[in-house]
Amino acid sequence: MKIEVDRERCVGAGMCVLTAPEVFGQDEEDGRVRLLDPEPAGIGDAAQSCPAAAITAAD
Amino acid sequence: MTTSVPHLTELPLERPKGCPFDPPPELGSLRDEHPLARLTFPDGHEGWLATGHAIVRAVVADPRFSARQELMHTPLPGAAAMAEMPPAAPGMFIKMDGAEHARYRKLLTGKFTVRRMRRLTERVEQVTAEHLDAMERQGTTADLVPAFAQPIPALMICELLGVPYDDHEFFRRNVAPLNRPDAPLEEQEAAMNALGGYLYELVVAKRAEPTDDILGELVTTDLTDEELTGIAFLLLGAGLDTTANMLALGTFALLRHPDQLALLREDPESIDGAIEELLRYLTIAHTGVRTALEDVEIGGQIVKAGEVVALSAAAANRDPLKFPEPDRLDVRRNAAGHAAFGHGVHQCLGQQLARVQMKVAFTGLLGRFPALRLAVPADEIPLRTDSDIHGVYALPVAWG
Repeated sequence: MKIEVDRERCVGAGMCVLTAPEVFGQDEEDGRVRLLDPEPAGIGDAAQSCPAAAITAAD
Repeated sequence: MTTSVPHLTELPLERPKGCPFDPPPELGSLRDEHPLARLTFPDGHEGWLATGHAIVRAVVADPRFSARQELMHTPLPGAAAMAEMPPAAPGMFIKMDGAEHARYRKLLTGKFTVRRMRRLTERVEQVTAEHLDAMERQGTTADLVPAFAQPIPALMICELLGVPYDDHEFFRRNVAPLNRPDAPLEEQEAAMNALGGYLYELVVAKRAEPTDDILGELVTTDLTDEELTGIAFLLLGAGLDTTANMLALGTFALLRHPDQLALLREDPESIDGAIEELLRYLTIAHTGVRTALEDVEIGGQIVKAGEVVALSAAAANRDPLKFPEPDRLDVRRNAAGHAAFGHGVHQCLGQQLARVQMKVAFTGLLGRFPALRLAVPADEIPLRTDSDIHGVYALPVAWG
């Protein structure tokens, strides 16, 4: 699947890092999302659980 | 098209007798038929009550609903419910929207990341061990609230922020009335002023001499002293009275569900999932609010501009459409997607700190005391029925 993240929307809650740590990280400085793997096999429910709807997943 | 819905004249608050962990039963029956109903607020405002998981999440994720303090009506009874709400003070970003909120939040997110909080694990372990040692030294029974549940998170938030822990009794005394909606307004204002004055002095001192902690880092940004005081106020208040209640109420819940406690003892690795389930099952921050900025069609209804929606996170987290057998505490279930930390752009900033603290503290407590049990009958445990954060005021336990 293809993943996109919107760092402007991100509120740094860290839900994606808990859900799919191999795909998502947090910037050390501003805490906002860093995409580690833009084409992973899956991300569980990381997109639905993002509180700011900052993650888009397409097959 | 809109359908007719029930109209409640007050928010149900009474938990069922003998089930201190369950939300008021009226909320459950309402949710299953009418996840969005009408509610008359204590000040007479005609608003709404959302109890379904999907609708609660939809409201808090929708920018047409505001968190601004001056637009609020309070659904919980008490003096504060009758008062005219001023706009949020500088730095009080949980009561702000949009760019104003984002400006503050973005300065703070880097300080509460998953990785940064996990780096605190060793320190939390040390603090936890010290408190368990002290409990053991003084006998075979203790009130878990002052001996364990309150001091561990208090010490951690003080260290993180750079607030002297020696003053924690002063904070606790002043935070208490702010979380009790029925406290007299004068008492709440006096507590706000005492805390605000104290933190303002601290901010001024840190500006003169920056220290290696969150407030010390923030004084180097473009935030004013008033803004920093507001931020310190929020973070300190949130750190003192939330995780503490999860630790005490969570222990109470596990002791009342011996089969679940046994599962957790058999498989200590399952602690992460068990914590999410305790967060869901207990939902200590049980009620939130948002105000419609424009007419919004939602849940088959039209919420008009200016109308306030009370959000029952506690009822939402017991929604059978989201969680099968929702009233069962099941430490093995997948509780992901619960609303215990909220949802939307205001979702709890400190949630990763809370998770690390709960993981270390529950693991430490259960590991140290294999025979941990209540020292008094369960129905004698005093509940925080007068607080907007659920919990217990005392939890006498024994382990000998």
